[in-house]
Amino acid sequence: MDIKEITRDKSLGMTIIVKTISRLIVSFILVFGLYIVLYGHITPGGGFAGGVILAISYVLLILAFGGKVAVAKMSGFWASMWDNLGALAFVVIGFLGLIGGYFFLNFINHGTPGKLISAGIIPLCNIAIAVKVGAALYAVFLALSIYGRISTEEDE
Amino acid sequence: MNHILPLMVGIPLGMAVITLILSKIHNRIADISATATTIATAAMSFYLIGTGESTYWMGGWFPPFGITLVFDGLSSLLLIIVNTVALLSVVFSLSYMEKYTAKPKFYSLFLFMLAGMNGVVLTGDLFNMFVFLEIASIASYALVGFGVEHEELEASFKYLILGTVASTMVLLGVALTYAMTGSVNMADVSAMLKSFPATKTMAFAAGAFIMGFALKSGLVPFHAWLPDAHPSAPAPVSAMLSGVLIKAIGVYAMVRVIFDVLGASPVFLEIMLVLGALSMAVGGFLAIGQWNLKRMFAYSSISQMGYVVVALGLGTHLGFIAGLFHLFNHAAFKSLLFLSAGSIEHATGTRDMKELGGLAQRMPVTSTTTAIGALSISGVPPFNGFFSKLLIILACVAAGRWFLAALAAGVGVVTLLYFLKAMRFSLFGELPKALSNIKEVPFPMAFSVIALAVVCLAVGVIFLVDPAFSDIFLQPAAEVLMDGLKSNASSYIASVLGG
Repeated sequence: MDIKEITRDKSLGMTIIVKTISRLIVSFILVFGLYIVLYGHITPGGGFAGGVILAISYVLLILAFGGKVAVAKMSGFWASMWDNLGALAFVVIGFLGLIGGYFFLNFINHGTPGKLISAGIIPLCNIAIAVKVGAALYAVFLALSIYGRISTEEDE
Repeated sequence: MNHILPLMVGIPLGMAVITLILSKIHNRIADISATATTIATAAMSFYLIGTGESTYWMGGWFPPFGITLVFDGLSSLLLIIVNTVALLSVVFSLSYMEKYTAKPKFYSLFLFMLAGMNGVVLTGDLFNMFVFLEIASIASYALVGFGVEHEELEASFKYLILGTVASTMVLLGVALTYAMTGSVNMADVSAMLKSFPATKTMAFAAGAFIMGFALKSGLVPFHAWLPDAHPSAPAPVSAMLSGVLIKAIGVYAMVRVIFDVLGASPVFLEIMLVLGALSMAVGGFLAIGQWNLKRMFAYSSISQMGYVVVALGLGTHLGFIAGLFHLFNHAAFKSLLFLSAGSIEHATGTRDMKELGGLAQRMPVTSTTTAIGALSISGVPPFNGFFSKLLIILACVAAGRWFLAALAAGVGVVTLLYFLKAMRFSLFGELPKALSNIKEVPFPMAFSVIALAVVCLAVGVIFLVDPAFSDIFLQPAAEVLMDGLKSNASSYIASVLGG
């Protein structure tokens, strides 16, 4: 089914009020999550907090429109894949440090403190962590929302 | 700087993720990558023996500010145990885990657990130890519930709750230590504690540490989760949990913190003796009544870890050698027993001793290795368990602890009793009609149990021929613990902060 049809399907998800509000707010949450991730090294927040906020935007989709919309946007396969790639990126950054002589050495130019492009590998680590945490949290919520329903149907 | 140290953690951590990604192409790739990873870590752990003591500054941050990895005799012994058992468990899993659907996920969790254990063993930083402890623990919670049947999930949940209590206690200990000293580097903390007068806060932190690690190692009275969690897990995981996890994140971590951070005062040693003696006796007597093969082995793990902790708690050189020797031996025969129990379950579909019997007729390899494991753990010469138990009893006598020596000898008889029961009801006697069609297990499973059985026998025979052989592994590890007994600045502090 096309994603637009699923979003218009009244039998899925919550009422139209919740759906409209969610549709408006999701993109703002996503952008705020990106902000928290990218500015993690100079303001409060970072990869984990930003990743959670990124995941929240998808979780809101699941809550408002039902699991199908979220799955159409990002399937369980890709959630798991991004989860792994984020973790892999983090470990790879650690291994790249070995070029400079130490595991997890901050081998990139540190730049001017306070600027967006600064702190060497820290923003890269933040991005990797955000991808990992965001995808993992989304996958967990997806699993709970999908499998939870199956088991209750069986119980009945 | 020894660049292999971070790789011991980094490679399994990276491969845990890569295994999952590659398995999306083909499931078989997971088998290959997991086996290759454990071969690599096992090879590195043996290579490290020859390199001597070394430290590694993560990210080039020098101590006490950065995370330091410390490699010494004690870490070396544990690394060899952990990585060898991990390799054989993975080889065993190649066939055994076929019946589970998500094999790549199993390997991934397994490698995370391995990375966590290697990290705990190598780290020289209290908070970092907590983090690795959690990596290993969380992976093991998931692995215990891997079968997702009712019983497994219940055991996993129980383990999760009690394991989290343990982790919280450890974190509390780390937090209080940090509040008191302003540092989480073990050597730095140790140096500061040696110069401060003892405070009540530190005593509380020490209590939190000991409770946390005792819970992780399943010592009585903190053992409630262990007899549920260890039998419920798939056999290779049971072998890892009982064989190495309770040692690496339980006993090793406890010993490292007591000896190298808090300083091994007589109070701590006395606590270890009490916990050890209780575990030894209670675990042993509870094992007698069990009819579930793996559950009996789990209770036996509690009892045998009691031996190790008693020996280490004596605070004498002979005690350390005996305790560490038994630690090594227990890893060999307990993983052998759990893998053999897995083979029996794989062939017969049950682990209830009342439904088993006469397996020696149909499964010669598994029966032989089970018998070797049972004889080793019961302390029958010339297997390795005999020598370590003998050394423990001798160490108790030499330290003037006559009661503990008698208890250790008595529990040794109890151990023999329940393992005779296990052998009588599973291997010998009449073969039940339902089991008349069973076959011997496939090659990878047989290979793992044979390899461990050879270790059990070979270590015993080598020790009989030349007792000095064990000095290569045990002496440097015992030196580390002897060093912890000194009340003034130890060489551990010097090697970390001065290196």
